[in-house]
Amino acid sequence: MDLFGDLRRMNKRQLYYQVLNFAMIVSSALMIWKGLIVVTGSESPIVVVLSGSMEPAFHRGDLLFLTNFHHDPIRAGEIVVFKVEGRDIPIVHRVIKVHEKGNGNIKFLTKGDNNEVDDRGLYKEGQNWLEKKDVVGRARGFLPYVGMVTIIMNDYPKFKYALLAVMGAYVLLKRES
Amino acid sequence: LRKNVEDFTGPRERSDLGFVTFDITADILNGKISIFDWNVKQLFLYLSAEYSTKNNALNQVVLWDKIMLRGDNPRLSLKDMKSKYFFFDDGNGLKGNRNITLTLSWNVVPNAGILPLVTGSGHVSVPFPDTYETTKSY
Repeated sequence: MDLFGDLRRMNKRQLYYQVLNFAMIVSSALMIWKGLIVVTGSESPIVVVLSGSMEPAFHRGDLLFLTNFHHDPIRAGEIVVFKVEGRDIPIVHRVIKVHEKGNGNIKFLTKGDNNEVDDRGLYKEGQNWLEKKDVVGRARGFLPYVGMVTIIMNDYPKFKYALLAVMGAYVLLKRES
Repeated sequence: LRKNVEDFTGPRERSDLGFVTFDITADILNGKISIFDWNVKQLFLYLSAEYSTKNNALNQVVLWDKIMLRGDNPRLSLKDMKSKYFFFDDGNGLKGNRNITLTLSWNVVPNAGILPLVTGSGHVSVPFPDTYETTKSY
């Protein structure tokens, strides 16, 4: 139990230093995330694929990188991530129909590659089309498997706490020699 | 890239429904180099119809799609295909519409990395007739 011996031997000043170090790491991470939100224009520039409805292109656990530039209009064939009004879950599907008016108003329909039917069943009651405001972003790039960590942390909260505890302990106890 | 079509329209409730049959001949190659390099997992091909109507300045409807995995035959020779999805207009803009452009495009899905959308170089213009077809036989 050498770790705890270390902890007791540290005086107050060293403890504050470690805490500040930790706070700095957390703030930097937050700043990078906020920076990404600004640069991509999307409220959630990195999302994890939660279902198999876009297989074989994307599987559950894949990570998607999104942008949401408003001057770039939505076109058929693009992969968009959207949220149905009133629900929190982001859905990743492809745009199969677009109807745009002269004034820039766009309404569009989506469908998962692996689904037989379009997404009208997923939209709100009575809603037949999606609009720009429902879009979180458009998928521009992806990494396979990496998002599995988030899914595991969601399904097994004990794993999440264990991971946080280990990370916290490491940062607090690590000493710069 | 070549497409040939014949077509006729039919009314459903209040929106125009178009029927299109087409042939697709495509070679997913760039000279001798296949688009399927080590980082391409699959291609998602789709045929879309683009046109304008009185109601909407721009309309795009995907009529047909296909997933082509790495290892599949890169030559497509499809004849007399019917559209996979209903070609509904948002209104009655198909009747007498002379300028419907059909284009073949594809989404390159890598093993990891950027997801580009590419439009094929050939496209075909299709005119719809001025009248509705009242009886349908399948």
